Amino acid sequence: MAEPLLEFRDVRAGYGDSVVLDGVSFSVAEGAGMALLGRNGVGKSTLIQTIMGFTQFLSGTIVWRGREIQTVKPHLRARLGIGWVPQERDIFRSLTVEENLVVVARSGAWDVARVYDLFPRLKERRENKGNQLSGGEQQMLAIGRTLMTNPTMLLLDEPLEGLAPIIVEELGESIRKMVREAGMTLMLVEQHAEVALEMTDSAIILERGRIVHEAPSQELVNDQATLDRYIGLNISA
Amino acid sequence: MEPKSWIRARARISPYEIVFWIAAAVIPFVFFEHYLSLAASVAVAALFCISLDLILGYAGIISLGHAAFFGIGAYTAGILSARGWGEPISGLALAAAVSALAGYIVSFMIVRVQHLALLMITLGLSFLMTELAITFDQFTGGSDGLQGIDTWKLLGIWKFSLWGHTAYAYAISVLFILFLLARRIVHSPFGLTLEAIRENPVRTTALGAPNRGHLQKIFVISAAFAGVAGALLAQVSETVSPEALGFQRSAEIAVMLILGGTGRLYGAILGAIIFMVARDQISGFYLQYWYFWIGLILIFVVLFMPRGILGGLERLARIGRRS
Repeated sequence: MAEPLLEFRDVRAGYGDSVVLDGVSFSVAEGAGMALLGRNGVGKSTLIQTIMGFTQFLSGTIVWRGREIQTVKPHLRARLGIGWVPQERDIFRSLTVEENLVVVARSGAWDVARVYDLFPRLKERRENKGNQLSGGEQQMLAIGRTLMTNPTMLLLDEPLEGLAPIIVEELGESIRKMVREAGMTLMLVEQHAEVALEMTDSAIILERGRIVHEAPSQELVNDQATLDRYIGLNISA
Repeated sequence: MEPKSWIRARARISPYEIVFWIAAAVIPFVFFEHYLSLAASVAVAALFCISLDLILGYAGIISLGHAAFFGIGAYTAGILSARGWGEPISGLALAAAVSALAGYIVSFMIVRVQHLALLMITLGLSFLMTELAITFDQFTGGSDGLQGIDTWKLLGIWKFSLWGHTAYAYAISVLFILFLLARRIVHSPFGLTLEAIRENPVRTTALGAPNRGHLQKIFVISAAFAGVAGALLAQVSETVSPEALGFQRSAEIAVMLILGGTGRLYGAILGAIIFMVARDQISGFYLQYWYFWIGLILIFVVLFMPRGILGGLERLARIGRRS
């Protein structure tokens, strides 16, 4: 088997004195998509932030392309090719849409034109300031801004949360297109399990800081019992 | 388009700017010949104000001790001149270098703290420098100020006279050149990143920007700008006293910037013009009431024009265009 792109080995991490991730191990192959599922508060966002280096790292190993990175500073991890799109979106409000895109851009396959091609709405809003955007547009901009850094792996934290159904559809289509065409490695946190499973190859389910289930997405989408047990509602089979 | 060329294309010079600079170069000579010395000190204040705008307006680093770098520049140029080398332009260059070095040393502390701690560190720095200037009186002349500064002819041609023709031409030229440099910096990808860091440092880190490196860099640049402003004042007034480093000067420059409007460079210039001219005019009649008026104006501007006078004018212009 080829060397995984990202691997967690028995990682424990949290904030201050509290341990949120309690011995997490998994690996993602380059070009693959992994869904990260679980109820609210089980540590999904903490896991994402631990990949970036924003949590208190306690023990274990994080390996990126065969190299241990748990002591590497967050901005250098980003430069290794990890692109995080946060749940809060965190658009730079006083910058225009286009400025948000170019401000941290690094050269590569993704440029402004390609991001506009993926999200035509952003092109219409290119002169608008970050604080004049709807929730869906902010999410598109947050994804586009991260793509502009030309990451190898994209961490998408609940991209569809709080959006109107019609926007969910539009954005979901764009994300699918992006994954299909760019062959990007993806880690997708999502409350809507059926959406996440459809877009990914494999899935892990987190509960109280541990991985309690790991399966191919195709298999899990039909495993109603497991989904009910760990995620509860939110699944329309 | 490549991101960098795209950012460059955004920084075009507007016709208003050209008109402004021509007016700034000509009007004082033609209409206010008796006020050329004042005009020179306005230009010095504007340059100092721009240096504060670079860190406060663009990078969000608030400072109550920026006069420390102004004073270091002033003393560097002053001492150099008093010890026998009065050539002004090399004096400015040395002042810039020494202030930048001081800024570099201080920057390691600055980028590690925020908010109140930042205010206290910069304030402490200002106190410290003032005391040092008073204590080392064999170099600085102590609290009486530095004596014996003699500024040579500008470019070996123009003498600095009492009337201030050379002083103003010199000050406005330096201001203009450094303004262009500042403008270039804030419109560069680096400048845009500073704005993003000011807004959300965690996000810029997550996207791969080295925040501390960027903040240190702009702090050093700002310190050099402040040092040049201080050196200009020392050269045209041929005197430096410890108040050049003091809290009052730091506070005044912050007031000018807040009045004019932060994060737009021209706000710094406008603030300096309003503050310096108003002080000159008001204190001519009622010296003791000067702080009363400036206090009143400051409260009014902060309450009703949170983006400063220039920001307020821009807003009015936008409303005017819409209706």
